[in-house]
Amino acid sequence: MDLVMHLKQLTMATGLSGYEAGARSVIQQAWQPLADDFRTDALGNLIALKRGTRPAGAATRAVLLAAHMDEIGLMITGYEGAFLRFTRVGGVDLRTILGQEVTVHGRRELAGVVSSRPPHVLSEEERSAPVPADKLFIDVGLTADELPELVQVGDLVSMRRETIELAEGYLSGKAMDDRAGVASLTVCLEELQRLHHEWDVYAVATTQEEVGLKGAMVSAYGTAPTAAIAVDVGFGAQPGVSEEEAIEMDGGPSIAIGPNIHPRLYEALVQVATAHELKYQIEVAPGQTGTDAWAIQVAREGIPSALLSVPLRYMHTSVETLCLRDVQRTGRLMALTISALDEAFVASLTQ
Amino acid sequence: MKTLIQELVETFGPSGYEDAVRTLLSDRIGGAVDEVRTDALGNLIAHKKGSGQGLRVMLAAHMDEIGLVVSHIDQQGFARFQTVGGVWPITLVSGRVRFANGAAGVIGWEYWLQKSELPKMDELFIDLGATSAADAPVAVGDVACFDRPFQDLGKRLVAKAMDDRIACAIAVQTLRELQETPNDIYVVFSTQEEVGTRGAMTAAFGIAPDVAVAIDVTDTGDTPEAIPMAVSLGGGPAIKIKDSGMIAHAGVKDWMIRTAEQAGIPYQREVLTAGTTDAYSIQTTRAGVPAGCLSIPCRNIHTPSEIVDYDDVLNSVRLLRAMLSAPITL
Amino acid sequence: MLLQQLSDARGVSGHELEVRALIAEAVHGLVDEQHTDVLGNLICLRRARRPVQGQALRVMVAAHMDEIGFLATGINKDGTVRFGKVGGIDDRILLSKQVVIGESAVPGVIGYRPIHLLSAKERRSAPDLSHAAIDIGATSKEAAEKLVKLGDQITFRTSFQPLEPGAQRCVKGKALDDRAGCATLVELLGHDYAIDLYAVFTTQEEVGLRGAKVAASAIAPDLAFVLEGTICDDLPKKEDLSHVTELGKGPAITFMDRSFIADRRLVDLLVKTAQAESIPYQFKKAAAGGTDAGAIQLSREGVPAVTVAVPCRNIHAPVSILSLNDLDNTVKLMVAALQRLEGSL
Repeated sequence: MDLVMHLKQLTMATGLSGYEAGARSVIQQAWQPLADDFRTDALGNLIALKRGTRPAGAATRAVLLAAHMDEIGLMITGYEGAFLRFTRVGGVDLRTILGQEVTVHGRRELAGVVSSRPPHVLSEEERSAPVPADKLFIDVGLTADELPELVQVGDLVSMRRETIELAEGYLSGKAMDDRAGVASLTVCLEELQRLHHEWDVYAVATTQEEVGLKGAMVSAYGTAPTAAIAVDVGFGAQPGVSEEEAIEMDGGPSIAIGPNIHPRLYEALVQVATAHELKYQIEVAPGQTGTDAWAIQVAREGIPSALLSVPLRYMHTSVETLCLRDVQRTGRLMALTISALDEAFVASLTQ
Repeated sequence: MKTLIQELVETFGPSGYEDAVRTLLSDRIGGAVDEVRTDALGNLIAHKKGSGQGLRVMLAAHMDEIGLVVSHIDQQGFARFQTVGGVWPITLVSGRVRFANGAAGVIGWEYWLQKSELPKMDELFIDLGATSAADAPVAVGDVACFDRPFQDLGKRLVAKAMDDRIACAIAVQTLRELQETPNDIYVVFSTQEEVGTRGAMTAAFGIAPDVAVAIDVTDTGDTPEAIPMAVSLGGGPAIKIKDSGMIAHAGVKDWMIRTAEQAGIPYQREVLTAGTTDAYSIQTTRAGVPAGCLSIPCRNIHTPSEIVDYDDVLNSVRLLRAMLSAPITL
Repeated sequence: MLLQQLSDARGVSGHELEVRALIAEAVHGLVDEQHTDVLGNLICLRRARRPVQGQALRVMVAAHMDEIGFLATGINKDGTVRFGKVGGIDDRILLSKQVVIGESAVPGVIGYRPIHLLSAKERRSAPDLSHAAIDIGATSKEAAEKLVKLGDQITFRTSFQPLEPGAQRCVKGKALDDRAGCATLVELLGHDYAIDLYAVFTTQEEVGLRGAKVAASAIAPDLAFVLEGTICDDLPKKEDLSHVTELGKGPAITFMDRSFIADRRLVDLLVKTAQAESIPYQFKKAAAGGTDAGAIQLSREGVPAVTVAVPCRNIHAPVSILSLNDLDNTVKLMVAALQRLEGSL
């Protein structure tokens, strides 16, 4: 697999929370040769099953790998003359979308621009504060009469952004959060083609993470795995973010530790990374991790969970930037850990 | 239907204390369903059997209303309180409240003493007409609701607790009018919505529906200084696309829109930026439930004078009846 | 004294091992089954010891083992240790405190800028602890890394101790929320009932009622009681306002808090029991805080639940105070209430 091409396809696909079909079909196509069985559940999660080769008579064990395929964006709430009002789907920072090119998913796809008043006509006071939400509009170049034909309340708006390669194996685009995680699952599934693993693997591209971890919650219930690893993005070191708040770019996935994480699963990941000389970092999460792992852990009677984060700069903007090597390391780490899972590990989970 | 609405809105039933509403509803749906039961959280679950081949459909309309709970009674017999659900202090001042045992109270605010222009909850107290703590007619932990009569303005109806008794009335009327249906229908008159959509969560777990639709009120953008919102009173039932708690399942939303269009029922597309409904907790039950919401446009939500449009109410019944009487494809 | 051992044991959310081991030993011989689940909950079953007609009620009684505290989140170049809060802690109580870090109990202190160096404005405002770190005496990152691992738990360095003997029999210690509940629950297991009693010592309450959620899902109880240490705000006040609870006035029964509305049948059971047995009790007079009951109530098809709590002054602080009278009365009330249960509600 060409990881650059894969990530470009993934990130340039559209899949806002609740409407992930575009991203889902790209992912299913990529995973088709890598898994045995596919299904889409009631909330749109894509659940791929790659069966393990377990010894005869052994108990069925499964590990759930979750990376969310939904992305943040906007939604039309009404017309104001020839312009469109909108609200946010997920945590968009409205200050980052001034002058952003967008696609309005109306009766057909319309190109548009997030418009605001030029600085020349604004007061000093107005220029020193963020543009208020009610003064931002989307302009698709149509007249007030033409608009209702093509655009309705509730239509989705996605960011229009080409994914580009930067120097030294860095890639930048929209929706790296969390298609980077999805790509790491692809890497993992590829690695697993060569590795022996006894456990079944559910690779799940989850939905609606950005609006409340919903896909992960229900897919964990539906698959009822023995253990789970969620992959999301973490705050990579960047200008303006302190060392205390960030993880290192090109430093490998961060492995989280804290109440959300089962200590045995954490130890297994660290051990495998160390043994295979895969770069990794440790990230301490004292409470809510805000990731799929948080929802998965308390599904059913409890699911031992771990969290890997791919370092990412400029999270929740349309120029999210990552290092390809971190994606590869994340996928390999999962695959090698999965191939080491056994009954002794299961026994250790309740000790 | 107006009689039913009046009975429902004037009944006492803050979150967790829905007993009187439940009693009334179980009486009023009597002949319209096959089976009625109450679960551990007090949800009233009415089941109308389908003729087979259809889906298991859950409708949810919440019985509870916002209210107050007494947290302290001082030596002079004034009660201090906390809120049950989203109550704004401004809506309470000089208003009256009523307790389950019939005791009444007036909300006092010594506005001449206060520096702030708007009342704060801890500046308010309930004057129970008592002269000391000893003769207070209520105790710490007792719960009150707004005391306001129903008013019929003709086209528009005003009352406390339109949120969400209007939906209870719509659900009852729908069940009464619904003849043959292929679908197995569970109407849940849910509890504790106002304190976190709790009743619907456990009811949905028990029912495990194939599809669910909450019925609740929504804001409008048609008052003088309203926050822009493309929903108006009288514009027809609103079909939810998104609110601050959930994104409606695309298939459910499309089914609702398709049905309204085919039946020639006016409807509005709703994107609500504040608030959510029972559909929020139903959606993530078990392995996930496709969920949507039919909203009744309502002004002054969470005040003692919530206003709805009677045509919207009747059209909501028509839409639900059309949705439920035919096979459903999502 | 079990409460003393429990209070002195260290266990922030996700690190309940030491507390669990203590309890597992204490309940040995009192329960018919016990196991630990994947979230670390200790789930014990004491079957009905009195005659039951038909199926015994499945009653879950929960108390959480975890306490508020911190995790080590990073080590600075100067050898100090950065920390993140686990659970709800008021920054203002952290100044000038001793803490203990990790398995080998490395001592440390949280200091603050000398008062001499503070501006008048700084002295009047709440402290900014965004860059605070724990001084363990190490002078370099390398030296500190030998003593502290990332993710190590950090607890307040506080020892349990009885206060001056008096009518209220007060004790002080850390983590009385909710080791008071744990101690009560262990006591309950020494009595006979006509119910199947599931005593669940839960994990991760302080970070979102997470242990109780999965335990309730596994047990599917018919009803549930939660034992807690709760807010006691009985310091002198000018105004005639709620104390939430008062020390020495007996177990506090919750009618409503942020997480749940108590089942009225269970509230009635407790009140009637207390009255019949002449056990002092009070209501928690504020709908504040949240407990495991919030998660248990919403489990599966819903579970009637109620919370009974021992008033604790200075809750969520390095040192709390409770009255042993309240603790004893909580045990008495719960034993009597559980003994009244059989058949159904």
